[in-house]
Amino acid sequence: MTVLEFDGVTKAYSVRGAGQIKALDDVSFTLESGQIIGLVGQSGSGKSTIAKILTQLETPTSGEVRLDGVPIPRRGKELRAYRQKLRMVFQDPFASLNPYHTIRYHLERPLRLDDIVPRDQVDDEVHRLLERVRLDAKAVIDRRPHELSGGQRQRVAIARALASRPSLLVADEPVSMLDVSIRMSVLGLLSDLQHEHGLGVLYITHDLATARHFSDEIMVLNQGRVVESGTADDVILRPQNPYTQELRAASPDPDKFFASSGILGGAQ
Amino acid sequence: MNDSLLSINDFSVEYDVDPPVEAVKHVTLELRRGEILGLAGESGCGKTTLAYGVQRLLKAPAVITSGSVMFHDASGEDIDINALEVEEMRRFRWDKISMVFQGAMNALNPVATIGSQLEDVFEVHRPSMSGAQRREAVTELLEIVKVGAQRYRSYPHELSGGMRQRVMIAMALALRPQLMVMDEPTTALDVLVQREILRQISQLRHEFGFSVIFITHDLPLLLEISDRIAIMRHGEIVELDTAERIWNHPQDDYTKTLLSSFPRLTAETRLTAQRGVVAR
Repeated sequence: MTVLEFDGVTKAYSVRGAGQIKALDDVSFTLESGQIIGLVGQSGSGKSTIAKILTQLETPTSGEVRLDGVPIPRRGKELRAYRQKLRMVFQDPFASLNPYHTIRYHLERPLRLDDIVPRDQVDDEVHRLLERVRLDAKAVIDRRPHELSGGQRQRVAIARALASRPSLLVADEPVSMLDVSIRMSVLGLLSDLQHEHGLGVLYITHDLATARHFSDEIMVLNQGRVVESGTADDVILRPQNPYTQELRAASPDPDKFFASSGILGGAQ
Repeated sequence: MNDSLLSINDFSVEYDVDPPVEAVKHVTLELRRGEILGLAGESGCGKTTLAYGVQRLLKAPAVITSGSVMFHDASGEDIDINALEVEEMRRFRWDKISMVFQGAMNALNPVATIGSQLEDVFEVHRPSMSGAQRREAVTELLEIVKVGAQRYRSYPHELSGGMRQRVMIAMALALRPQLMVMDEPTTALDVLVQREILRQISQLRHEFGFSVIFITHDLPLLLEISDRIAIMRHGEIVELDTAERIWNHPQDDYTKTLLSSFPRLTAETRLTAQRGVVAR
């Protein structure tokens, strides 16, 4: 089932003296339920514009975006329902949780706001959510964000995103601020959840290595255009577009580095 | 001339809070002249505390509880950094050891042009230079890091993240120090810009012969640019070896864990075993 469709979406900004700049230029793609699409590209490639359109911080200049077949609503109940179906996981787990509130509050709020479960089951549901992101509910539920590690905080952010039972998760660099050693476990968790619930995930990143391991398909964006897309391994291991090749060559790759003993830092 | 630049001996730092935290525990380390030494480890392992501590840049409640740091100056003089008086320390910093900080956007003054900020370095540390000499030196620096002299009067917000980081490198290079400490200098930049900056650091290092202590938790990146890598955990260096040996023959179990935890860009095996690991 198709969760998300971008249909010829263009977003142009007028810049004084430079005419129009197209942050997105005729972008079309579809994301199926249970699929993870990795969106990669350097700063300014248009990745965040896509996220901004999805979160309605921007509206497309032309083209249409549909979630579950419905164009993004502008107001009223439909907008509320839209927001329930599309949830974000942000980059900085230190900034995306409210330091004033407990973990329980963070998870109860979406449940109550959207009447996801009957009132008397909210507490059970909070425990289930924490369990699902593999946090020890007893240990964290009454704590505040500053008492948790970065990885734990990001798991809370994921649990919060899942609370309203969305059909699409937009994860904008969800692990880039976490230690390398726990990045894969957080992505692994997202991947498990996505399998269990048939979630669609849009994974926005500039890190090609995690994009390859975590995504089913990868789309490469350059100057607002999709320059290459395909299965994760095809795009990363056998890139066709020169821009993708350039991105790959710039990414650290110790396997290749030590195999060819090409020396950049000048070790001996 | 001694081939070692910095001798760190039995160096410990404690955060004097309740209960006290031993952030760096009895670290002994020789930094060679002209080498890039990578300092890797997870958040809280003590890598930043160590790098700041050897320059006495730590603030209370951090206390240096043991050890010595000896700087072997190119002039042949040995300088005991812990024994320097306040004024000597002020002169020593930036002149012998400089730093490139993580957030270039936060490290520059938003209301002063980058040219004037670079001039400040000379005004403070080279008071005998005339205004014209300072401007000439700054122009040269901007050319060296390929920002270009036409950016002399630009404000930080008019430059991209990569450009601002180059300005920070120019500033660190200004007095031709013998050691540059770089704390996550490319973490906020995208891969293409990161690669350019790394190339530049490497080139400058060959041209000017300074040593680099490069702090990051990005092990793949560190493996490519470092001559030697020190792996830190719980305030201790658990392994120190050449990048090539760390990659091909890691000895310590923690090093092995760290190496296996990052996703490989092109290796054929996918890291499926990592899926669904219980939260630490």
